Amino acid sequence: MKTLLRIIGTLVVIGIVVLLGLIFIPMQRTAPLANLPASYEPPKGAGEQVAIAADCRACHTAPGGKPFAGGLAINSPLGAIYASNITPDKKTGIGNYTLDEFRAVLYDGVKRDGSHLYPAMPYPSYRKMTEEDVRALYAYFMKEVTPVESAAPETRLAFPFNQRWGIRLWDWASLPPAGFKPYMGDAKLDRGAYLVEALAHCRSCHTPRNDLTFAEKGYDSRSADFLTGGLVGVWPAPDLRAKDSTAQRWSNEQLGALLASGRNEMAGVSGEMALAVEHSLQYLPKSDIEAIAAYIKAIKQDRNGGSTPRATPAPTAQQLASASPQLELGARLYLDNCNACHFANGKGAKNVFPHLDGNPLVTATQSGGLISVILNGAAAPSTGERPERLAMPGFGWRLKNDEVAALATFVRKSWSNDAPAVTTEDVAKVRGPAAN
Amino acid sequence: MARQEKKTDAVIVGLGWTGAILGMELANAGLQVLALERGEDRDTVPDFAYPKMIDELKYGVRLGLMQRPADSTLTIRHSAQDTALPYRSLGSFLPGNGVGGAGVHWNGHTWRALPEELRLKSYVTEKFGANVIPEGMTIEDWGVTYDELEPHYDRFEYLCGISGQAGNLGGQTHAGGNPFEGPRKRGYPLPPLPTLLNGKMFGDAAKAMGYHPFPLPSANLSDAYTNEYGMQLGPCNFCGFCERFGCINYSKSSPQTCVLGALKRKPNFSYRTRSEVIRVELSQDRKTATGVTYIDAKGEEVFQPADLVVLAAYQFHNVHLMLLSGIGKPYAPDTGEGVVGKNYAYQMTGGTSLFFKDVNFNPFVGAGSSATVIDDFSVNQVDFGKKGFIGGSYISSGQFNGQPIRSMALPPGTPAWGAGWKKGIKEWYGHSMSISSHGSNMSYRDCYLDLDPTYRGKYGQPMLRLTFDWKPNDIRMTQFMRSKIEPIAKSMNPTNWASGYKGDGAHYDVRPYQTTHTVGGAIMGVDPTRSAVNRYLQTWDVHNVFVMGASAFPQNLQYNPTGTVGALAYWSARAIREDYLKNPRPLM
Repeated sequence: MKTLLRIIGTLVVIGIVVLLGLIFIPMQRTAPLANLPASYEPPKGAGEQVAIAADCRACHTAPGGKPFAGGLAINSPLGAIYASNITPDKKTGIGNYTLDEFRAVLYDGVKRDGSHLYPAMPYPSYRKMTEEDVRALYAYFMKEVTPVESAAPETRLAFPFNQRWGIRLWDWASLPPAGFKPYMGDAKLDRGAYLVEALAHCRSCHTPRNDLTFAEKGYDSRSADFLTGGLVGVWPAPDLRAKDSTAQRWSNEQLGALLASGRNEMAGVSGEMALAVEHSLQYLPKSDIEAIAAYIKAIKQDRNGGSTPRATPAPTAQQLASASPQLELGARLYLDNCNACHFANGKGAKNVFPHLDGNPLVTATQSGGLISVILNGAAAPSTGERPERLAMPGFGWRLKNDEVAALATFVRKSWSNDAPAVTTEDVAKVRGPAAN
Repeated sequence: MARQEKKTDAVIVGLGWTGAILGMELANAGLQVLALERGEDRDTVPDFAYPKMIDELKYGVRLGLMQRPADSTLTIRHSAQDTALPYRSLGSFLPGNGVGGAGVHWNGHTWRALPEELRLKSYVTEKFGANVIPEGMTIEDWGVTYDELEPHYDRFEYLCGISGQAGNLGGQTHAGGNPFEGPRKRGYPLPPLPTLLNGKMFGDAAKAMGYHPFPLPSANLSDAYTNEYGMQLGPCNFCGFCERFGCINYSKSSPQTCVLGALKRKPNFSYRTRSEVIRVELSQDRKTATGVTYIDAKGEEVFQPADLVVLAAYQFHNVHLMLLSGIGKPYAPDTGEGVVGKNYAYQMTGGTSLFFKDVNFNPFVGAGSSATVIDDFSVNQVDFGKKGFIGGSYISSGQFNGQPIRSMALPPGTPAWGAGWKKGIKEWYGHSMSISSHGSNMSYRDCYLDLDPTYRGKYGQPMLRLTFDWKPNDIRMTQFMRSKIEPIAKSMNPTNWASGYKGDGAHYDVRPYQTTHTVGGAIMGVDPTRSAVNRYLQTWDVHNVFVMGASAFPQNLQYNPTGTVGALAYWSARAIREDYLKNPRPLM
């Protein structure tokens, strides 16, 4: 009995010590991965390019706000996390950050005061950035960005998530080693890998996360789970590696067009990806877009991803053309709401109205994105090459949940699509508690 | 005291077709450009979103997208002996409102003028002698030739993605197109729309009589298209909601679908809505404008200084603003002197309805520009000396829509209400088609615009006054077209048919819709005593004011004006960019 008590007592003491350590031992900041001289000057324009590829602006600018002044609420499952002001303002921004402190934010998710950032900031990706890019980014934020005095709202999550020291545990468990070592054996492919795995942090949406810590299941293409599809809110971020995925079926040019302009002959981006294209990808040099496309193609996996097209397509077009009042509800709703643009063959119009036949958002295992588009509509991003925000209006105001479910099920099973049915409950979850 | 805004390089009054084109051209030239639009902002989504736009009562009958007469209108009379009264209920023509202007709610007929039309006075004089021009007719040459405008027509057609069949490529006639059109350097960007049953029946009948049918050049697109600005349009699905409606699915060319998405990305372009310009302000010597004064959404008066002023509003408003601002000498019909307000003209139209008991036209399948046309009686085909009129028409059969309230043609003798009307509707809906003439209207000494001495608008300014009536020359023209259309109609063996053409003594009636193709009042030319703007659309007296649009037409074409309005905008924009900006001065 005494022994047991002693053991428990010892464990409690160790626990307290560890806890105190977790809370009070200062964070070790990762050292620079390359020894650049203090006088190192990044090439002109490099910092802005890095900031664009890393898409800092998308999160650190509030709607209608000044660039990089923060304030945007990122709605995490734990509550709203507010992006900080990263302009060089000394009072409310990062004007007082040294290079080492700045690097620690990118690599370790640790602020100047030693507190931990929530991993809504993609530091698990940014910690693979090269020292050259860190330097360029630092110079850009310190010298080129206009300081804005504006205090971003404080993030206040509920207990226990407001105990930021807990993130330290998460970091220990989840962070990959810092730095990027080329491993693809080809300069172009390695550039693509660097962008996808580090700078453009594509992986943070497109890689599945484990159920326990929500950490990504893989940090580079040597992991079989890497880029095999994730979920952002209700939006599926498609599997990019399965041999039947659109990313693998499309040509490099078609994939590149989608990234650079937000649309290609078959599809348009929507949801979070529309923001990534609008704020970041459209401004990448053509060579970077080509590198990303080549890299994605190079990491194809010999398996099907769950949206395998039917060998023999369903006779949907003929069925719709009959315009029979006896058609099932989903088909009738399609004729009345969708057919004007997407047409009976489900092929829409090249570059303008997306294909529904074979569209990864339509056939995704998680139907939340499709339901969201039907309810709320969607808009393509405005890009230099394709400036029009081609938009689909929402139909949530006129379709009930069971109707949306019937319609979504119809498009998921028509033409060559063969995805599971959508239920009224699925729709209710996306629409939210306020609606029917 | 008006609030003053920060000066801009160029201010554009009105953000419709010409405002959008000039906005893009001037922004591309590096200017800081501001557009002021009196109406609301509008975009495909949410403003034209399916299915709310598909509402004939709201938009087709109650005219939801149009100018409200209570906000802005003009007074109308037939002659100088009459008292003009305000146009209080929209009928004859429908001025647009809001971003996109009338470019939102048009049908999409996109024509080029004939080479002869652009030098009409010279053509008539050279070919038939000056004495065929009747007393009081004041037709003019435009001061710009077809060859000069050709690249700009081409640019506008490729901006829009016009779907059509060329009939004259570089002087070579091509079967299936209009053999009487001016030569074009290349074909249309897209193939024509598919032909509907009425078009086929009319085309077959016309061909059998030796005429030359072709598909109407259409801004309802036959396929997906991307234009020079990267703007994207989709294929038309023949929903039949074009005229009076905004297109639900990006398939009708408009400022929204063709320009504005790209223009709004430009950091040196901005626009303000609910900002109604009431005056162009002039410098002390009245040789230049200093900017414009507008009323903002709160009703506050604002002075917007600018180095360059582009009037890009609807034809009436351009002329009205010139008169209110003292730009150019107002036209006086008694002396024939003065230029601003001169040569107002309209469009002469007529038509024959055909009813076929056993033919079902499925009119709910329609498009604003779905039509088969013959141009065998165009301005350059008619012998004015022999026929006793100057002018011409294109003749067409279109199926634009099958809307249930207004598209219910009934044979003569059917009761207009009650059980008999219901029976007629049941019997005849979907069983009719029409053949129409769309013709020129000449300009006359006593058809003009000036300021009304009595009525004032909501900002206390005199209203614009229109004095206009039909003239025997143009009635003879439309009767001539009737004499050509009715034999075609009869050859098609309809169960019944009825004609509607203006006859001797007809007066202009503002109630029934005719067309919104009002022209003139700020006409272009090469003689400052006979035109309000020069051949580059620059006002003669105030060199930094340019005036776009159909107000520049010295008389009306036989065609719908938008193609020419677009071409003139690019033509003027080029002169501004390549010549005027380098050395601001009168260009002529």
